[in-house]
Amino acid sequence: MKGPESEVLGPLRGHDFASVEDRIGGIVLARKAPRAWTAGIAVALLLLLGFLYGTTYLLAVGVGIWGVNAPVGWGFAIINFVWWIGIGHAGTLISAILLLLRQPWRTSINRLAEAMTLFAVACAATFPALHLGRPWLFYWLVPYPDTMGLWPQFRSPLVWDIFAVSTYGIVSLLFWFVGLVPDLAAMRDRARGRAARMAFGVLAMGWRGSAEHWRSYETAYLLLAGLATPLVVSVHTVVSFDFAVSVIPGWHSTIFPPYFVAGAIFSGFGMVLCLVIPLRRLYRLEDFITDKHLDAMAKLLLASGLIVAYGYGMEAFMAWYGGGTYEVYAQTNRFRGPYAPTYWSLLVCNVLVPQLLWSRRVRRAAWALFAISLIVLAGMWLERFVIVVTSLHRDFLPSSWGMYAPTRWDWVLLVGSLGLFGALMFVFVRLLPMISIFEVRASLPQAHVERGREGGQ
Amino acid sequence: MTPRPWGLLARFDRPAELVGAAERAREAGYRRLDAYSPFPIEGLSDALGLRPTRLPLLVFAGGAVGGLAGFGLQVWAMAVDYPLVVDGKPFVSWPSFVPVTFELTVLCAALTTVLGLFALSGLPRPHHPVFGADGFERASRDGFFLAIEAADPLFDANETRDLLTTLGAREVADVAE
Repeated sequence: MKGPESEVLGPLRGHDFASVEDRIGGIVLARKAPRAWTAGIAVALLLLLGFLYGTTYLLAVGVGIWGVNAPVGWGFAIINFVWWIGIGHAGTLISAILLLLRQPWRTSINRLAEAMTLFAVACAATFPALHLGRPWLFYWLVPYPDTMGLWPQFRSPLVWDIFAVSTYGIVSLLFWFVGLVPDLAAMRDRARGRAARMAFGVLAMGWRGSAEHWRSYETAYLLLAGLATPLVVSVHTVVSFDFAVSVIPGWHSTIFPPYFVAGAIFSGFGMVLCLVIPLRRLYRLEDFITDKHLDAMAKLLLASGLIVAYGYGMEAFMAWYGGGTYEVYAQTNRFRGPYAPTYWSLLVCNVLVPQLLWSRRVRRAAWALFAISLIVLAGMWLERFVIVVTSLHRDFLPSSWGMYAPTRWDWVLLVGSLGLFGALMFVFVRLLPMISIFEVRASLPQAHVERGREGGQ
Repeated sequence: MTPRPWGLLARFDRPAELVGAAERAREAGYRRLDAYSPFPIEGLSDALGLRPTRLPLLVFAGGAVGGLAGFGLQVWAMAVDYPLVVDGKPFVSWPSFVPVTFELTVLCAALTTVLGLFALSGLPRPHHPVFGADGFERASRDGFFLAIEAADPLFDANETRDLLTTLGAREVADVAE
C-alpha cells in the first residue's frame, strides 16, 4: 500500500495532523474570502437571478415559451436534465467506487466531487419538474393514497426516473453528510465565533472521535459506498430507459444503458476537472491536489471517453447491421440531416479532442486539461441534443416531420442553471471544508500503526 | 466541593502509542476504556476489545424491508387496488417493477446505515463528560486520547494515573462527571 500512496501524496510529506487542518479548515474559518471568490459568486448569483426570472415567467405563462412542440416534445429541458444528472455521476464514482477499489488519491477530491454531485442533481431535478406543465402538482408522481384513488403508472420509465433520481439525491446527501461529520467536529473545536461554533456543533451532533464511533463509522462508510456503487449505475440506466423503452428510431436500443453510464462519468470527470483546477489555484491547494491527481483524473476522462466513442460506433454499426429502414434513416439523418453540424461537432468534442490526453505532457498541464474538460462538457451537452432532437424530429411518418429551435427562454434556463450550480458551489467552498480533513490525516505516513508493534516508547 | 470524577483522560502524541497503551491497559485488567482520535486508527478497536459492529445486519434488514415493501406496493397498486392494462402486459408484470424495487432497496438500506450509525454511536448527544476535560479539543486535531472511567472496578485515582504515565502519556487530565 505504501508505494502508490506515498507517490500520489508525495507533497503531503511536509504536513502533519495539525497543518492539514490549518490549511483546509483555514479557508472556511478565514474572516475574509479571496477577491476571486467574491467576484465568482457575484457572477453566479447574477445568472441565478436569470434562472429565477425564467422560471417565474414559465410558471406564469406555461411551457409554450419554450421551443418544444409536435413532433419535438422534449427539448432543452430533457437535454439539460440528462446533462446535469450525468455530471453528478463522477462524484459518486470518485467517492464510492474508487473507495472500494482502494485508490488512496481519491481522498483529496472526494468531498468536492460529492458536493458537485449534490448540486448537479439539484440542477437536474428542476428541469423535468418545470417541464411538467403544472409543476406544482409534481407530487402526483409519488405514490401516496390520494383522494383520486389513482396510483403512478409503475410500468413507466418516467416513474422509475422519479424513484431513481430522488434515491440518488438522498443517498448522495447522506454519503456526503456522513463524510463531513468528523470534519464538522474539528471545525466546531476550532471555530472562534459563537455562531460558527453553534452551527458546526449542532451539525457535528456531539461527535467526539471515540473508538466506538470510528468502528461503526468505517463500516457505515464502506456500506454506503457499496450501496452507492450499484445505485449510480442504476440511475443513468434508468435515465436511458426514458429513451430506450420507447419505440422511436435511434432511441430503442439495448446499448443505451452502458453508453449513458459511460457518458455520464465522462462528462462528470470533465466537470470535476473544471472545478478542481481553478479552485486549487485560487486556494493554493497544490499540496493536496497534485499534478498526479490531475493526471489520474485525465486518464479516467480518456478511458470513459473511449467507451463513449465505442458507443457512437456501435450505434451506427447496429443501425446498419440491423437493417431496419427507420433505424438506418435515423442514423443517416444524424450524419447528413439538418442537424448534422451538431453531430459532427459532438464527435470532435467527445472523440477527437480527448485523444490529446494520451500525451503525458497534456495530462500534466492544468490549463490544457481545463480547456479539454470544457470542450468535453460542451460535447456531452451536444450529444444529448442529438439524441433528443434528431430522433424526434423525423420519425416514422414524413408527414409529421418538423424542426426544433430553442427560444431565448430555453437559453435563459440553461445558462441560469449554471448560475444555480455555481452559486451552490461557491457557498459550499466558503462554509465547509472542501477537502476531507480526517481522511487526508489518515493517509499521512505518521498515521500508520505498524502491525505487531508494542506501543509506548 | 469537588465534582465527582468521571475518569481519567491521557493524551498521547502518536497513534501507535495510543494503540499500545490501550493494549497494556486492557492487559492490566481495565475494561471501562475508550479512546478518542482525529481519524480512525487501525487496530484500535481490537486493542480496546470492542466487538464488531452489528451495523451490517441492520442494513441487510433495512434493505430487505425496502425491497419487499417496494415490490409489494407496486403489485398491490397495479394488480389489486387499481388493476389497469398497460401495453397489454399482465397485471403482475414483475420485470417492469424491478427498477423501483431496486431503488427502494438501496434507499432503505442507506437510510438504515446512517440512522444505525448514529444510533449505535449514541449520537446526537449534546454533551459528554470528556468535552469538559482540559485539552480535549485536540482530539479532533492532533491528540490521541485514552480514557479510563471511574466506574471501572480497578479504578483508583492515583494508581490509574501512574499506569497511564508509565504507558507514555504526555498529559493526564481529570474528567469531572
